[in-house]
Amino acid sequence: MTSETLAKTPLHALHLELGARMVPFAGYDMPVQYPLGVMKEHLHTREAAGLFDVSHMGQIILRGPHAAQALERLVPVDIIDLPVGMQRYAMFTDDQGGILDDLMVANLGNDCLFLVVNAACKHQDLMHLQLQIASQCQIEPCFDRALLALQGPKAVDVLARLAPEVAKMTFMQFAPVRLLGVDCYVSRSGYTGEDGYEISVPAAHAEALARSLLAEPEVAAIGLGARDSLRLEAGLCLYGHDMSTSTTPIEASLLWAISKARRADGARAGGFPGAERIFAQQRDGVASKRVGLLPQERVPVREGAEIVDADGNVIGSVCSGGFGPTLGAPVAMGYVQSSHNALDTPVWAMVRGKRVAMKVAKTPFVPQRYYRG
Amino acid sequence: MSELRFTVEHEWLRQDADGLVTVGITAYAQEALGDVVFVQLPDLQSYAEGAEVAVLESVKAASNIAMPLDGEVLEVNAELEASPELVNEDPLGKGWFFRFRPTNASAVADLLDQAAYERLLNANADA
Repeated sequence: MTSETLAKTPLHALHLELGARMVPFAGYDMPVQYPLGVMKEHLHTREAAGLFDVSHMGQIILRGPHAAQALERLVPVDIIDLPVGMQRYAMFTDDQGGILDDLMVANLGNDCLFLVVNAACKHQDLMHLQLQIASQCQIEPCFDRALLALQGPKAVDVLARLAPEVAKMTFMQFAPVRLLGVDCYVSRSGYTGEDGYEISVPAAHAEALARSLLAEPEVAAIGLGARDSLRLEAGLCLYGHDMSTSTTPIEASLLWAISKARRADGARAGGFPGAERIFAQQRDGVASKRVGLLPQERVPVREGAEIVDADGNVIGSVCSGGFGPTLGAPVAMGYVQSSHNALDTPVWAMVRGKRVAMKVAKTPFVPQRYYRG
Repeated sequence: MSELRFTVEHEWLRQDADGLVTVGITAYAQEALGDVVFVQLPDLQSYAEGAEVAVLESVKAASNIAMPLDGEVLEVNAELEASPELVNEDPLGKGWFFRFRPTNASAVADLLDQAAYERLLNANADA
């Protein structure tokens, strides 16, 4: 795809001005790294604050008194009792229990839900919502809004200079906040394992806000390369790699994200696509599931590498892998047969025809540092 | 002859006084790759030109290093195993990969010289 056919976020010109290396990603021309480089961008985010342009992601508002009830038909998550001002992780499932996309859902109050979905899935997600629940609520795509993520231990200091009230927010809280005179939506969440915020801002004001944040001494611009290594160290799944329509939430080790109220013994059990298969898997177990993997050598183990047991039998494959700059070592996640997926089980990845020893490990690989008050 | 020669794959070669040729990647190549976190070095054996002899892993991706000419690898830069970042920090010096004895010693001089390599980079930049 040439750059002429790629979409641009409202910060595209700023990325070029900052010297970013641009790559095609989910149909957008996106910064993979800035002159600082992936390694330093990663470390800077963990030490201070990083600003990410994630405007390619899809923002969708659902409106109406039945919006929460309607959305519950599509996700195995408690939306009806999601408090106003809170955000929750969710996923759209299909009739086989496979994952169509993962998303964040926030309750804006006044019968409004605010959704953030993956860039590569956003048009398909919108169609899914329109086909399934358009008769029960209003569906309003806001694909022209920008989304900035400010992540890292100094994010709170930086954003509180513009709006002191954000310092009091705790992890997964969501609020309308005025930044530089513009009405924004701010959540205290992110995709790095660090404390931080995601800021939804009208496209026309995105660049001014980004420039203002970048002018703060703690903040550096961070590209998609470091975004991937940060989320991988934090043990967070990437849609299309660590989960897809061919994996259920149980296989993807995302049972924690299925709300108690929606489980087989819950107050509003089932009622989402694939519930029977998901409940059966929860009860009976699965043949293989997603686990953390720590290569015992320095060589990174990448997505697609076969995983074998001591006798060389194939028992799984790597779904995400790379080098973790904070850990100073390679990290990976993979789907491994249940016979070999207990913690500390030795397994091997095949890398260029050679066996690389790995251990099944708990995630996150680096401690999450969310602000819980 | 200590003058550098280059390949279109952004490797540099330096013919040393002992007849061996030292190989590394150029400043341009290391910049394009990003932070190198692992280097898989070649075995000490003969390889044909174009054979994939080494692998460079950056945070995000793996890249192959091809044998620039027919020859026998006699020495590798073991320092890269513990300090792969030398490829970024000093690509033309401490970041070298291996030394080999070319089957045809005169073939080195037929590779790109500095001026030709710079023309290649400029042509890439304009493309």
